[in-house]
Amino acid sequence: MSGRLTGKVLALHLGILGLLFIAQFILPAYHHTNVARIMVLATYAVGYNILLGYTGLMSLGHAMFFAAGMYGAGLPIYYLQFGAIQAFCIGVLLSLVLATVFGLIALRTSGVSFLIVTMMFAQACYLAILYFNRITLGDQGFILSKSLESVSLGSFEFAFSDPAVKYNVALLLFAGCFMLSAVLAGSPTGRVLVAVRENEERTGLLGYNTYKYKLLSLVISGGISGVAGAAYALLFSYVGASFASILYSIYPILWTLLGGTGTTTGPMIGTGLMFYLVDIASGLTSSYLFVVGAVLVMLILWFPQGIMGAIRTRWLPWLP
Amino acid sequence: MVTVDSLLETTALCKSFGGLHAVKDVDLRLARGEIRAIIGPNGAGKTTLMNLISGRMPPTSGQVRFKGRDITGLKAWGRVFRGIVYTFQVTSIFKNLTCYENVALAAQRRLMGGVTNRLVLSERQIAERVQAALLQVGLSATAGQRADTLPYGHQRLLEVAMALALEPELLILDEPLQGLAQEEISAFCDLLRMISQEVTVLLIEHNVSVVLELAEMITVMDNGQIIAEGSPAEIERHREVQKAYLGK
Repeated sequence: MSGRLTGKVLALHLGILGLLFIAQFILPAYHHTNVARIMVLATYAVGYNILLGYTGLMSLGHAMFFAAGMYGAGLPIYYLQFGAIQAFCIGVLLSLVLATVFGLIALRTSGVSFLIVTMMFAQACYLAILYFNRITLGDQGFILSKSLESVSLGSFEFAFSDPAVKYNVALLLFAGCFMLSAVLAGSPTGRVLVAVRENEERTGLLGYNTYKYKLLSLVISGGISGVAGAAYALLFSYVGASFASILYSIYPILWTLLGGTGTTTGPMIGTGLMFYLVDIASGLTSSYLFVVGAVLVMLILWFPQGIMGAIRTRWLPWLP
Repeated sequence: MVTVDSLLETTALCKSFGGLHAVKDVDLRLARGEIRAIIGPNGAGKTTLMNLISGRMPPTSGQVRFKGRDITGLKAWGRVFRGIVYTFQVTSIFKNLTCYENVALAAQRRLMGGVTNRLVLSERQIAERVQAALLQVGLSATAGQRADTLPYGHQRLLEVAMALALEPELLILDEPLQGLAQEEISAFCDLLRMISQEVTVLLIEHNVSVVLELAEMITVMDNGQIIAEGSPAEIERHREVQKAYLGK
């Protein structure tokens, strides 16, 4: 249900961002880095959720948008010594263009066919990165820290190797995408996206060109995924083809399902939980994927709507 | 050819599915402001004809004109915007959304306008229209309720509220009385009469006594063709109609 962006909802979102801001002064170094990484990945999940949660389109190829952001930002830095901000913009632009072109083609299909088309496109992108290995250095990956200059704003210098810079850049980007998704969910446009999810034919008979709305949703979703990919390259200094693989298309599905599809807060919760679940389980046993699998099965059995979805159904119906 | 006050006109409209001619050479003309009923036995092609008029399916051949303009090539969503609004035979509301959200989807479509499709709208403006539409069908009290919790008769009314919020010029109702109780039917008829003061209504209905009472003009279809057309009194007297449909 798309609630409007009321005071209560706004307070919740700003409160979460405030907590994340304060957390950097409290967290020990290990968790400090983890949370920065989680925020970048959660940005990816937030983007994914706009398509799956609010428009009802399941993609199995979002890694191509993440990778477009990552390579769009990484290659110009590596080869052309671009500055971080220009490189970031190129990465996001590339993912937006990819999402638009892809959407114009793939949105002629729906349901399972759409799922398969997304997967095939993403695989093509992944294989292309490996095929042009001489340029992309896809199979080994490459490290950016040597070529990436720090950014100076006025008299301040920001080096991406500084954990505080990492954390706050990640927070800033996450905050922007998180708020964008909340505003979108509460807007008349978000209401139409939900209507497409619930019953596309009926939405058309209310006078909406549903194709256009699905394309809009895909472009926003792909663009945010590109933001996350570009940020990942800049902040964690590594670019590699593994981020274009199907695994990175599956992750955002799991994060979003775990946290609750079609909730603004779910993707972040899901990403954080999954991250720490893997982190803790792999410290206990080498077969940590077994633990992860067991948790996911329990989740599907008891909370099929995800964590925030269940909370919304049971206690807080106003959650967006 | 087109007279000024004809709102909708179909010319030699045909639709075949494989070898089956569901609609054959239908010339239908609606005057602005009338309540027109289309009756006929099951399989006569009534719903297919409505689908062709609302744009849910393209015709095999023929033409549909609305307000003097050829709209044959327009998709359903484009026709809604021009003023042709269709309500489903099987109630088709957004069950997981509240009544307010259901009607708001319709109301904001009208507010968005044509070419620009504004992305930013004032929620207050939407809310005013939603309240007005819910009030007109008598559902004001249930605005915050989820649509699937409403009793069936109210779901039909919600569907009408959605149609009204789209501010139609031509409202197509496909068997609106199906499944309603007797007292709900008479209330629904009153509502239709009120609506028809501003809106042209095209109605498919099996309940003959209601049709004879409500409609100003009746078109009778059989085997995909129009077999008779006239006022309720004329239709009642019509021989072929009695044979084909009224069972007298």
